[in-house]
Amino acid sequence: MIKLIGLVPLFPLIGFIINGFFGKKMSKSMSGAIACISVLASFIVAVLIFMEVSASQQKSNVVELFSWINSGTLKIPFSFLVDPLSCLFLLIITGIGFLIHVYSTGYMHEDEGFSRFFTYLNLFIFFMLLLVLGNNYLIMFVGWEGVGLCSYLLIGFWFKNDAYNKAANKAFIMNRIGDLGFLLGIILIFVNFGSITFGEVFGKAASIPTATVTAIALLLFVGAMGKSAQLPLYTWLPDAMAGPTPVSALIHAATMVTAGIYMVVRSNVFYSISETASEVVAVIGALTALFAAVIALLQTDIKKVLAYSTVSQLGLMFLALGVGAYSSAVFHVTTHAFFKALLFLGAGSVIHAMGGEQNISKMGGLKKALPVTFLTMLIGTIAISGVPPFAGFFSKDEILAHTYEHSQLLWFVGSIASLGTAFYMFRMLYLTFYGKFRGTHEQEHHLHESPKSMTIPLMVLAALTVFGGLLGMPEFWGMKNWMSENLDPIIIRKNPSILSHETEWTLMIIAVGVAISTIYFAYQMFMKYKVLPAEKEADMKPFQRVIFHKFYVDEFYDAIIRKPLDAISQVFYKFFDKQILDGIVNGMGDITKWKSQQLRKLQTGHIGFYIMAMVVGIITILFFSLIK
Amino acid sequence: MINTIPINYYIMLSTILFIIGAVGVMARRNAIIVFMCIELMLNAVNLLLVAFSTLHNDANGQVFVFFIMAVAAAEVAVGLAILSMIYRNIKSIDIDLLSKLKH
Amino acid sequence: MLGYTITQWLFGILSFLAIMFALMVVFTRNPVNSVLYLVLTFFCIAGHYLVLNAQFLAVVHIVVYAGAIMVLFLFVIMLMNLNEDTEPQKTLISKIIAGCIGGVLLVVLVGSLKGAEQLQLHQSGASQIGLVKNLGKVLFGEFLFPFEIASVLLLAAMVGAIMLGKKEIK
Repeated sequence: MIKLIGLVPLFPLIGFIINGFFGKKMSKSMSGAIACISVLASFIVAVLIFMEVSASQQKSNVVELFSWINSGTLKIPFSFLVDPLSCLFLLIITGIGFLIHVYSTGYMHEDEGFSRFFTYLNLFIFFMLLLVLGNNYLIMFVGWEGVGLCSYLLIGFWFKNDAYNKAANKAFIMNRIGDLGFLLGIILIFVNFGSITFGEVFGKAASIPTATVTAIALLLFVGAMGKSAQLPLYTWLPDAMAGPTPVSALIHAATMVTAGIYMVVRSNVFYSISETASEVVAVIGALTALFAAVIALLQTDIKKVLAYSTVSQLGLMFLALGVGAYSSAVFHVTTHAFFKALLFLGAGSVIHAMGGEQNISKMGGLKKALPVTFLTMLIGTIAISGVPPFAGFFSKDEILAHTYEHSQLLWFVGSIASLGTAFYMFRMLYLTFYGKFRGTHEQEHHLHESPKSMTIPLMVLAALTVFGGLLGMPEFWGMKNWMSENLDPIIIRKNPSILSHETEWTLMIIAVGVAISTIYFAYQMFMKYKVLPAEKEADMKPFQRVIFHKFYVDEFYDAIIRKPLDAISQVFYKFFDKQILDGIVNGMGDITKWKSQQLRKLQTGHIGFYIMAMVVGIITILFFSLIK
Repeated sequence: MINTIPINYYIMLSTILFIIGAVGVMARRNAIIVFMCIELMLNAVNLLLVAFSTLHNDANGQVFVFFIMAVAAAEVAVGLAILSMIYRNIKSIDIDLLSKLKH
Repeated sequence: MLGYTITQWLFGILSFLAIMFALMVVFTRNPVNSVLYLVLTFFCIAGHYLVLNAQFLAVVHIVVYAGAIMVLFLFVIMLMNLNEDTEPQKTLISKIIAGCIGGVLLVVLVGSLKGAEQLQLHQSGASQIGLVKNLGKVLFGEFLFPFEIASVLLLAAMVGAIMLGKKEIK
């Protein structure tokens, strides 16, 4: 069965080709069905492979598909690595991918670019699968770039809107900046190890000077910063909310942004060897978590709140990676995929009901009109805030515990970020679903619960969120931590946990206590005293205004990077291109014209002259043959 | 009779006749005179060909001359016909008047 | 006599005459005189052919050239009623330039052709290939096809001349 791993990316590729060429000619339901079925088929194969890998003794299987690059000493076969880590990601990608495909058939039903949407979605799944399955850095890079491309295509899906196109450009360009770092890292790996296949590289990692390993780890992390939206390359993610909501759910919550995490976990050997790189990762992760949480406190667009929340949670995951808790990070990836996808799909349902309105200050009291959506979003919000027994609690707690071992300061920053998370998520929930409806009259009439194709995925994801915590129960409760056991063969465990049981209990209780008190505080603020987001900017206090404007980071980037580049390109355009290059090209034409004007005078029309010219020509030829 | 003239005398003679013909073509405006000078050039070549054929005792040279004469005759016939047509149109045979192909 | 053989004398005289008459062809004003001088040049060249023992060609030369082609020229000249007064003249500068170019061409040709063989024409008996019988054998043997094609060529020229010479019927 493991040999059939090639089928897993093949099905979405076939779906892409069929929808790409024949999508317009098929009916909408046919097009959607083909896309969903291809992902479902991948999911089934992935499940079978997962079961086989879990049962077998040999954890790490390499399946070679074909010989790809064969040039001199550089041999790169196109092979897949099937081990517990990649199997887990396979399940997440195909499983959640399938649910989102089903959801999209309902959400995008009115849209005329229906088949184009599914073409891009299938292509995205294909590239993401390549990314996690590749056995060497090059295949991972191919998948990396491919998902960046699909992200661009999908964010700018409604391409007639100029602002959306700009957002898509921003996402792609920022990703490219990260990719440059990634590519440099790969080149450095190749130069030092002579190969880029995982097995060979990781085996020899210890024999390279630590400074080189640090350089490699940091360069790879630059790529992860771009793809997973960490400081300073995070500004594309909130703008990427311009795409349709299922896109935000799939790409910017569950899969693409976790590619950075996957890459770091895969390369954990480097980060374990280099202390400096791990520190950098942890610090950046913690800072990002805090920063994004603060910005989310005052956002009014429902999708932007979720976007900043994603950035913040990714920061927490990188914090975990930085302190060496690799399996905790993967655990959090899994649970985050569940509840973030759930939250995004729920937000999509709300937007669908509100006829396109995304501003939460115009919502309110939707509890009655959208019962299923409300219930599932409630579950998601509780999970993300870290309240037991839902999934988010266990993964977050594990991360914070491992961080505490490493550095108390980082633990403090992470806890503040979690506090912020609880606050702004419940703020969003209260403002959207409770209280009086604050929108227009026609919107109120339009309110309706979403169709089954949208609500069923919501319910499935909610169930996963509730029971997902079982994957990684803490050891000191005496239960099995399936997640870390599963990933043991892949990951070099730094050192076993040195915290005493009392400390772990204390940390857990502090976390839960903080979460619950924040929820109560939010309840007081938004339900009891009915505090609403400020209508106009002038009503906000100065500090609030700074936060509302996302700390003016976008404007800063504009001034420092974009304007100088624009100026330089203006110079190149006006001076070099127009004057010099065009001058040369036009000049060629002008010289030819001028010369030919002069040569025209030879055509006198007199036969006598022609005869003379002929004789002169003959003389010249004879003369030259003479000289020889 | 046995011919003992060195071949380069014939070459020299032929060249001089050819040059005279060429000068005539370039220096005269009367189309008929130009034609005649062209015939003179052809004849110079004929002479040289015959001389060489006698030198190498090869009949091909003389056969070639025979054909040149045939072609020259045909050419003169057609050329003079064209000349008559031109005369009919511009009432003169001055070649310098035929300059409508000017730029 | 005089240290030269008869052949050499003949060659010298014929060459001298040929060149002189050729020069007269180019330099006379009257076109009729030009034609007559050309006829004389052709006779000299026919004499050269005889010296080279190309008997057939000598006769054909006189018949075709002096007899037919020159007569044609004369007819055309008389048709157009050309004489010395109506003769157009090129400018002096053109004539000088033409002369110079001719001189340069002469120099170049002489330069290219020098170093050609110094051999005498072959000694063992007069060459026989110029006789009618021998030339005829070669012409009708090896060159039969071109011979026939030449007749087609003459037919085409005839037709062409007639077509061109026709007056348009209004």
